[in-house]
Amino acid sequence: MINKNIILYAAILIFGVVAPFVLPAFKVQLSILCILIVLALTWNIQGGEMGYNTFGNILFYGLGMYLCASVQVGMFFPLAEWTESGGEKTFVHTPSQFFQGMAYGLVVAAIVPTIVAGLIGYAILGLRGHYFAICTLGLGVAAGEISGGIEIIGAGQGFTTPPFPEVGDLEARGEFFYFLSFLVLVLTFISVKSIYSTRFKLILNAIRDNEDKAEAMGIQTMKYKIIGWMISAFFCGLAGGIMGGLVGYIDSTDVAFDGREMGVFMVLMAILGGKGTLWGPVIGATIFHIFKEGFWTFFLGWQYVALGVLIVVIVIYFPEGIMGWLREKYPERFGEVVDEADRKAQVELK
Amino acid sequence: MDLLIFQVPILMVQASLDGILLGILFALIAYGMALQWGVMNIINIAQGDLVILGGYITYFMYLSGIHPALGVIVAPAIMYFVGVGLYKLVINKVVDRDLFISILATFGISILFMQLMNFAFGADVVLANSEFGTTMLFNNSVTLPNSKIFAAIISIIFAIGLVIYMRKSKLGRAIRATAQNARAAKILGVDTEKVYAATFGINAALCGVAGALVAITFTIHPYMGLPYTIRSFMIVIIAGLGNLPGVAVSGMGLGVFEEFADYILGTEFRIGSVFMLLVLILVYRRFKLSKKREYLK
Repeated sequence: MINKNIILYAAILIFGVVAPFVLPAFKVQLSILCILIVLALTWNIQGGEMGYNTFGNILFYGLGMYLCASVQVGMFFPLAEWTESGGEKTFVHTPSQFFQGMAYGLVVAAIVPTIVAGLIGYAILGLRGHYFAICTLGLGVAAGEISGGIEIIGAGQGFTTPPFPEVGDLEARGEFFYFLSFLVLVLTFISVKSIYSTRFKLILNAIRDNEDKAEAMGIQTMKYKIIGWMISAFFCGLAGGIMGGLVGYIDSTDVAFDGREMGVFMVLMAILGGKGTLWGPVIGATIFHIFKEGFWTFFLGWQYVALGVLIVVIVIYFPEGIMGWLREKYPERFGEVVDEADRKAQVELK
Repeated sequence: MDLLIFQVPILMVQASLDGILLGILFALIAYGMALQWGVMNIINIAQGDLVILGGYITYFMYLSGIHPALGVIVAPAIMYFVGVGLYKLVINKVVDRDLFISILATFGISILFMQLMNFAFGADVVLANSEFGTTMLFNNSVTLPNSKIFAAIISIIFAIGLVIYMRKSKLGRAIRATAQNARAAKILGVDTEKVYAATFGINAALCGVAGALVAITFTIHPYMGLPYTIRSFMIVIIAGLGNLPGVAVSGMGLGVFEEFADYILGTEFRIGSVFMLLVLILVYRRFKLSKKREYLK
């Protein structure tokens, strides 16, 4: 079993490293896929393991996006003039400035959302059920509306992130962002996997199953909920920072705090793959991304109609996701009940 | 800016009156949400999109030469069937399920409606001009469009009509019984499935009325639905479920808050301030309840 897993991980890692050279046309798509998987994995910590269904993780993603770009520009040039000129050629980053700015930007983009998650989490993680869901929905929309009114980060006209400096050949930009996002994906996967093998995950599951009982058992649920959210925010912020550079342009409501796109994508991907599993979000994000690209290309204009229908169909007919379906079908693979009569008895009990 | 408000009291009167009239309209939408929340335990994120759809029905009457004020009769009649259809297609499958499923499903419906309206009616900001004129008060220093007064009066009429209907009619009694205990109501012979469909239909019809009034008084746009959902959710949680006078008062309070936020912070922060207010209210209630070791659920 262990050997099989190692082979699987090695195959994925090798595929990840050689992918941009084998499939050069899909570099940007693959980078976006990495970001989507990161978002789905981190959403799953809340929605899947902890049972706190949030629409608000988009807040950290957007924060990371704005922070990374602002630091990258603000370190070398006056930020207000940059956004006012709409990223025109008045200021040009040298290669060393660009990479240095990106590095510092990503550090800030990871740390500040984590702190914000801690503070907001302390305030709102005491809410339960739909109050929490609606509150986080409100947070995401409010962040988008408010950042659309702040002058220094471009207000309504958006923020152009620094263009990639002219180093190497034409492929350099795509490769740089691909490896950056792949690195973040690997980091996220390793951390999430190692978290899921500790007591921390069991505590999160206890909170999901019955928070009052978990508290009665002496678990400080609030502390663990906040830590869980901070972990999510850390990786969401990183993903946002990279995505900002990749897209090249930040608009408050259309890119950064977009509840209609990324905000609901991450929920949908995790549910499609299977909530509360390690591999579910990865599978869900991959399938969703293929579906989305197909639809966005061939039915342009109808994509949100398809998205709306997809959400309704998935949540009504397929709430357990792909992993849940596999689990139902091949329970022995998941180390569940092997005895057929026993399994049937359990199914009947439900 | 603060100085402006204290030095120019007429602005305060203007903003308060605008806010109160606006708030009565919000309260009508919130009433529909409270009704279906109480009966079916579903939070309908598509509430605001139903409002906008009602607005577009009125707008098309206006385009084809019918006076838009008649929209308050036609829009709810159409929207009732839209609501029942929506219930039969989607909502009946999420009634007894996990709350998040219903939120996400209605969120999907909301995206679907938004986009379909965008295709059907275009992405322009439109309004149905009722040509009611304006009323001037206090030496012409306060202007009130008559359409806003009309909207407030119609909202009050519909709200009172619905309260009486819920008290007196057979269906109203069945709805209230189902809200109290669906299982007991079923045992006593209430067809809860029908009651749910009717409740969702009535909610959609209320949204239709509100939408017609929004189209007359303000503007409509396919993507403007979500703020109406959040406003009505907020009004319901401030008032508490089943507290109808509370819904009216908190609706007006929200309207006044919004007008003042508009004056003080600027129009670009108007929607943002509504959403922030929601978060702040929830946070306040969470800390208030946590002193008694309780929580919002």
